[in-house]
Amino acid sequence: MTIASLFTPSIITITVSVVLIAITRVFYILCQSGKPLYPSKSPKPLSTLIVLGSGGHTAEMINVLNVLLLKDRFCPRFYVAAGTDNMSLQKAHLLEENVFNLNEGPQVVLCNGPGTCVPLCVIAFLFKVVGVRWSSVFYVESIARVRKLSLSGLLLYKLRIADQFFVQWPQLQRKYPRAHYVGCLM
Amino acid sequence: MGDTEDNVKQEKKVVFVTVGTTLFDALVRTVDTKEVKQALIRKGYTHLVIQMGRGSYTPTKSDGEDGSLAVDYFTFSPSIADHLRSASLVISHAGSGSIFETLRLGKPLIVVVNEDLMDNHQSELAEELAERKHLYCAHPQTLHQTISDMNVESLLPYPPGDATAVAKLINRLPT
Repeated sequence: MTIASLFTPSIITITVSVVLIAITRVFYILCQSGKPLYPSKSPKPLSTLIVLGSGGHTAEMINVLNVLLLKDRFCPRFYVAAGTDNMSLQKAHLLEENVFNLNEGPQVVLCNGPGTCVPLCVIAFLFKVVGVRWSSVFYVESIARVRKLSLSGLLLYKLRIADQFFVQWPQLQRKYPRAHYVGCLM
Repeated sequence: MGDTEDNVKQEKKVVFVTVGTTLFDALVRTVDTKEVKQALIRKGYTHLVIQMGRGSYTPTKSDGEDGSLAVDYFTFSPSIADHLRSASLVISHAGSGSIFETLRLGKPLIVVVNEDLMDNHQSELAEELAERKHLYCAHPQTLHQTISDMNVESLLPYPPGDATAVAKLINRLPT
């Protein structure tokens, strides 16, 4: 073996460095997660993606939005609903004058449990890893979950994809200590 | 107690049964049994209105002339809220939508858990709210017993939910 071959970047060393950079990046993002949205004093509006589910989930989300949207920090707002769910989008239309199409990653993702939100949150996380778009993911577990998290909730909690994770019953917070207990929304 | 005349003159007290958009024949079948109807009459109820949804079991209608419970049913209605409002007692499936709509109207509520559901996380909510005395929680086989044993006066009003804590954390407003 010559000394020169040691300095030739082999496929292995390239792979190892890429993996190391990716791991460092993921750890950096996990450390940055859950930091306040506004470090500065003059808040800029944040584009927000709101994931609607069916019936009960949508009702809970509307309750959150009624309080959250009193201050107009979260705009423009984009709504997604499961393909079969026309009612939820109708309710969003009642709340909003315009429902747009999203063509750029959002800065805030707000969701509360329908299975459709998991892939969207994973995409938002990958956008952070790749550096396309930085976003904060907020997940509110449904009031129907008293003792155990839903599968969506469990995935987003365990994989630390949700920046902040809210539960509506104290016994859930005791079981999942990184969650915030916020009381009943309904 | 055979105060049949009194029962006829007595004011209308409606029991509203709702299965929402679910399929819950076990509940419709149960409220149509003699045991449940008798338990309801003993508690002073006069009318039974059943929203049976997609179920295939059709209850027997009755005009309640003979001092029995007047029974009526329908599949779906856009005015579920009106039925809830005019009811003196609501017997519901365990969906959170029906539960909170009823509790917000301050109506006495018995939630019947559907044991045929695969992922039966819904019973968690009903059991927790029953423990906090906001409603009664029953199973199809135990419904008549729950009706006989219940005391609607002892139920506690449900305080309306509050989203300010969530909004505050999302905003990270200084407290």
